Amino acid sequence: MSYIPHTDAERQQMLAEIGVTTIEDLFEAVPSSHRFPRLDLPKPMSEMEVAAEMLSISEANDHAQDFAVFRGAGAYHHYIPSAVNHMLLRGEFYTAYTPYQPEISQGTLQATFEYQSMMCALTGMDAANASHYDGATSLAEAVTVAMEVTRNKRKKIILSHAIHPQYREVVRTYHQGRGIRIVGDRGRSDIDGLMEMLDENTAMLAVQYPNFFGQIDDYTALSDACHEVGALLVFVTNPMALSLFKSPGELGADIVVGEGQPMGIPLSYGGPYLGFFAIKQKYVRKIAGRIIGETVDADGQRAYVMTLRPREQDIKRERATSNICTNQGLMALSASVYMALMGKNGLQHVGKLNYHKAHYAANQINALDGYTVDMTKPFFNEFVVSCPCPINEVNAALLEQGIIGGYDLGQDYAHLENNMLLCVTETNAKAEIDVLVEILGGLA
Amino acid sequence: MAEPNIYEISSPGRIGVNLPECDVPESDLPTELMRDDLAMPEVGELQVVRHFVKLSQLNYAIDKGFYPLGSCTMKYNPKINEDAARLPGLAQLHPLTDIESSQGALYLMHELQNWLAEISGFSGISLTPAAGAQGEFAGILMIRNYHIANNDSQRDIILVPNSAHGTNPATVSMAGMRVHELPAGDDGNVDLEALQAACEGDMRDQIAGMMITVPSTLGLFEAHILKVVEAVHGAGGLMYMDGANMNALMGVVKPAELGFDVMHYNLHKTFSTPHGGGGPGSGPVGVNEKLKPFLPGPIVDIVETADEEDDAPLYGFVMPEKSIGRMKAFHGNFGMHLRAYAYIRVYGDSGIREVTRHAVLNANYMRAKLMKTYKVPYPRYCGHEFVMEGHLEGVHDIHALDISKRLMDYGFHPPTNYFPLIVPEALLIEPTETETKEDLDAFIDAMEKIAEEARTNPDLLHNAPHTAPVKRLDEVRAAKELVLCCAPALPGGGD
Repeated sequence: MSYIPHTDAERQQMLAEIGVTTIEDLFEAVPSSHRFPRLDLPKPMSEMEVAAEMLSISEANDHAQDFAVFRGAGAYHHYIPSAVNHMLLRGEFYTAYTPYQPEISQGTLQATFEYQSMMCALTGMDAANASHYDGATSLAEAVTVAMEVTRNKRKKIILSHAIHPQYREVVRTYHQGRGIRIVGDRGRSDIDGLMEMLDENTAMLAVQYPNFFGQIDDYTALSDACHEVGALLVFVTNPMALSLFKSPGELGADIVVGEGQPMGIPLSYGGPYLGFFAIKQKYVRKIAGRIIGETVDADGQRAYVMTLRPREQDIKRERATSNICTNQGLMALSASVYMALMGKNGLQHVGKLNYHKAHYAANQINALDGYTVDMTKPFFNEFVVSCPCPINEVNAALLEQGIIGGYDLGQDYAHLENNMLLCVTETNAKAEIDVLVEILGGLA
Repeated sequence: MAEPNIYEISSPGRIGVNLPECDVPESDLPTELMRDDLAMPEVGELQVVRHFVKLSQLNYAIDKGFYPLGSCTMKYNPKINEDAARLPGLAQLHPLTDIESSQGALYLMHELQNWLAEISGFSGISLTPAAGAQGEFAGILMIRNYHIANNDSQRDIILVPNSAHGTNPATVSMAGMRVHELPAGDDGNVDLEALQAACEGDMRDQIAGMMITVPSTLGLFEAHILKVVEAVHGAGGLMYMDGANMNALMGVVKPAELGFDVMHYNLHKTFSTPHGGGGPGSGPVGVNEKLKPFLPGPIVDIVETADEEDDAPLYGFVMPEKSIGRMKAFHGNFGMHLRAYAYIRVYGDSGIREVTRHAVLNANYMRAKLMKTYKVPYPRYCGHEFVMEGHLEGVHDIHALDISKRLMDYGFHPPTNYFPLIVPEALLIEPTETETKEDLDAFIDAMEKIAEEARTNPDLLHNAPHTAPVKRLDEVRAAKELVLCCAPALPGGGD
């Protein structure tokens, strides 16, 4: 067995050193009635056979290499430059662990510090942590920070219904034991409606930008309205959209969270992804999760280290701001490499490709009989299409032609039966979009 | 020489990717909504590659050397798992793909659920938690909601040993419950008398359950585990097992058979998924029949049985009827599930057993040899890890920290420092099963040399490391001056 290198001779020598005859002797403290149970698992397989099986399993899925993908809804198919994967395959990055010993972890630490910096640049915030599990859990952690900042005296959290449905579920899961009231998302309140809910009992108000329907709302009045009552303003955002549009910082956000998957992380059937969390300087000590700071070593050389550690679970224990330990370190590295390669010029270029292709598709589809695209507000790379028939029928027809269509919004929003959320990215060539439009036209 | 940061190697106009031109007619951009600036790097592709290659070379990693970080299980990360993760049919699968179009992925998750159930003895598994801490959180929420469903909502106390990993008490607080800490006895196990007193005293009806790590964070099999379970169950509480140390239990004992009601796994420990410089992890939870309806969803189940003509059933997602809810968006860290699947596939029934046998052999061998030089407070057989004290008799002012830093000069990553909290100058050593006897002997040899140096030349330790890419860092300055972003590009950065 290649992973376990021991020979018989070595086992004997080691057992002799310990002073036992067999390895089983070492388990004497385990209750004998329950010791050494049978494991009903398959027989061992060679690497060659496992490789063949994994390939076979992978081929039983309809994926973005074989199909044109027009589905987003929180996970996006973007092109990942080759160099990203090559950096991630370096064993020094992926087989290292948490940089508890900074002297021999400067690679991880500096790459993470750079990631934090670039997230601040995108979001317009002053500080970012080294990651949460995903966008949904980042939002849940933002609620915790808002409660802390308002000294646990406020019990009301306002969430827009236009935040990803699964994100709002996760916030409710996380805070079910905390006695807070989550309001705002059972109906269809717009920004004005949400602002009307603000009061002295509100810890935080959260909106999504662009929202779950792909639209960019008018967020400009939110900052003053929230801060007037002492509530925190939280934006859930798509970092790819921030390549073009004003940062949430400019809109007065206190906390910016969201899903970093568009920044160089593969779809991977939903995970591992990257929850980013960025915040204004005045709240930085309330932040949960690991955070990297700059310092010097004994020779005065610039170096990086995990900082503000007393917030974390291993020190504060039951008084920690969160229980998070392992984060999404390698995904933060992926994002770091992606953002470094793309940079200002690449992100702006790809942002525009997404925008133009999505608008091209939207205009073409809107011109079809039986279809309406909601163009009432500006959008980035996703839009809502009202269809003449149920979405599962639309998608079945598309699938036959090698296309994975939009997300069925009727699953989450009763008023959006027969509406789908369509996403167009830089990976969708004009020819693909034209085929999509043609098939849709044929269904009306 | 320090590697400059990415902004410092930028130059206006550079780009690191060759991107396609726009092939559709352009639409007007809403200029009033557009940002004026984007303070991101501008670096050529080769320069980005060199930057990250050089950064990587500053890291220690399992692929470089022995990494005995106790409680983290730094075993070899098989390369076949990395290849599998990059297969387009797995890497490029959208999470919201219709179930009929993702039967490969769903089959894999279903099989993994079954295997994790088999290894632990539990009947219900959810793969959704993203890390061990999230698995713990799910477990405690399940216990809480179980009691509420049984009209026992006053049960809000979780018993936690004082040797517990920090995530345990932090998790209890997150669930809105209270921690009652239990002391350890002289033998390192939970003080059974203190436990029984708590379970039979005034607190009895408020006890929701207990969280315990098996083997303990000291690496010891809890000698009276059955009595511990009995005491808590007797008080009406449920038993949670922190499964971080499963590397010592596979094929040796099934936690469900010891009476545990729920546990979490760490796929990035026991099942070789890579640590990635801090993550990602994956923390599936296992439960018995009592807690099955409460599992965090969605879980994978057969939604249509195989009919006569077609051999394959249809797999899909199901939300358990009293589920505590969704822990994260979508359905877990699938990239880690597939790696764990491949790992278990290679080992099989006999192999999984060998993992634990050799992890425990390696740890006991190191313990037997190192206890000749260092104090090992609990000298009996350990599990897959053991703790020793990082100080030496007659040598003042040498601490676990100094020994750790000096180990770097010998080319090793230090063990876990100062955990568990109940052992002074704790050094928690976990070799794992993928290390050779020579590797263990080389580490032991280094530790013996360092003990000698502590006596003859202590400054070598105080000023260590000498040969690492950087020397000891000024952590006080880091926390005081709080430079958290590259400067001068951004606000919040230093000068």
